[in-house]
Amino acid sequence: MLTIFSFGFAFLYVPIFLLVVYSFNDSRLISVWGGFSTRWYTALFEDEQIIDAALLSLQVAATSATFATIFGTLAGLALTRMANFRGRLFFTGILAAPLVMPEVITGLSLLLLFVSLQELIGWPGSRGAMTIIIAHITFSMAYVAVIVQSRMLTMNRSLEEAAMDLGGRPFRVFVDITLPIISPAMLSGWLLAFTLSLDDLVIASFASGAGSNTLPMVIFSKVKLGVTPDINALATLIILVVSIGIAIAGWIMFKQNKSLSQQNT
Amino acid sequence: MANPRQALGDLLWRRIVIVLPYLWLVLFFLVPFAIVFKISFSDPIVAQPPFTPLFDQSQNFLNWFQGSLNNYLFLLEDNLYWVSYLRSIKVAFISTIFCLLLGYPMAYYIAQSPPTKRNVLLMLIILPFWTSFLLRVYAWMGILSTNGIINSMFLWTGIIDEPIQMLYTNFAVYLGIVYTYLPFMILPLYANLERLDLNLHDAAADLGGKPLQVFRDITLPVSLPGIIAGSLLVFIPAMGEFVIPALLGGLDSLMIGRTLYDEFFVNRDWPLASAVATILLLILVLPMVFFQRTQAKSVEENS
Repeated sequence: MLTIFSFGFAFLYVPIFLLVVYSFNDSRLISVWGGFSTRWYTALFEDEQIIDAALLSLQVAATSATFATIFGTLAGLALTRMANFRGRLFFTGILAAPLVMPEVITGLSLLLLFVSLQELIGWPGSRGAMTIIIAHITFSMAYVAVIVQSRMLTMNRSLEEAAMDLGGRPFRVFVDITLPIISPAMLSGWLLAFTLSLDDLVIASFASGAGSNTLPMVIFSKVKLGVTPDINALATLIILVVSIGIAIAGWIMFKQNKSLSQQNT
Repeated sequence: MANPRQALGDLLWRRIVIVLPYLWLVLFFLVPFAIVFKISFSDPIVAQPPFTPLFDQSQNFLNWFQGSLNNYLFLLEDNLYWVSYLRSIKVAFISTIFCLLLGYPMAYYIAQSPPTKRNVLLMLIILPFWTSFLLRVYAWMGILSTNGIINSMFLWTGIIDEPIQMLYTNFAVYLGIVYTYLPFMILPLYANLERLDLNLHDAAADLGGKPLQVFRDITLPVSLPGIIAGSLLVFIPAMGEFVIPALLGGLDSLMIGRTLYDEFFVNRDWPLASAVATILLLILVLPMVFFQRTQAKSVEENS
């Protein structure tokens, strides 16, 4: 059992590890170790196409993650705190469907929507950051909803109930009581939405117009023809940023859990 | 009791909570499918956008659905498409089996380790999922290519005399899919095995059950919902996968996701791409509904 586990584990991590190691390889060839070098990092920062794409991707990811967190939290709230409303089952269905929908279908359908809307009402005038953001909100709000929903189902509801009994209006109860409790879940939802957006190639390719290339689109066009060392350097930087983000999120949740367990005892 | 103004405020809040995400999903998820379906019946033309108009005002309502089945007939006639569909089903199915074979022991190992260790192990399974999917697939290009790490090592040790072609083969596609979707298999399996009552195991063993027997008669049936959820979470997205066959696969590993992508971006035949998407959706609708059902059930059980 342990052998299989270790094997599976190595299987998950060795490729990432090798990517990091080879980003410092002076040689252009993977098979040759040409000595330690940071030349690919220098090359990376001089590549304007990559810098522009990275800036666009960060902008898209931050905006879409924020909206996805708002909508996803509202959806989670609707499903856990609002008594049965009309179309609830249907709502559950279309909320979860983007989680398993193949990206090519989501991407194609959104593009055709944008094109048709443009024909009918003249909006959106052109496809770019805006349309990619809309597409990303749509598929990542489901992830936020799942995370927030599970937190809302497991949290202790006695505080909410007490506030309601004392005449608190639902909106105030949500802002004053529920929101602080679910905020770590919302944060991890935001981070997940941010990462998913930063990583998406297929949906962004469909939703974007000519000229606006996100980072994954640039990476894809570069690596389609084979291994390029500056992408190794880029990958290492992304892994570094993500690790720091996860460490911070983990630390916040750890502190939150600790204070929660102190309250309970 | 609430005064009328407060009551109005409560109602408004309730409306916002439900209607805002609902409306968003209807507009940007549901309506687009209707459009895909509609366009799959139109004919391609050389124009911008490259398909015959959706809404032709000159026609009355009966003719509104000015569809043609041309695209679907074409899909049937040309081998390329149904070979792509079949290959996608095959690749997704075999990859799911491998994910299960590798993922089940891993999930089991995590579930039966001490609780303090459990969260760390689980975190380590989730971690790769947070790093870029595209870059993790790309990492395999450097490992598998003819002058890549595996071939260099084998050549150096003298196991082989000339490099083996691994990149741009079906093998690489299977490897890539199992690699990227393994966490999706492990997580639902773990969630299920974690609740497994180990007393049942001890009881069965005490009564003389052989390990294999205990596994078959007790562990396996209990973890069946996890197996189903995990398998569907791997099978459904793998079926429409584009990036992995595009980067790791060869010319003979054309899957339907890539066919659709090429039809759209290379051939610019939007109506045909829509028809390809519609059929893919029809194939996947059954497993998707099945997945939703099992998910809804497990949410109910937890709450």
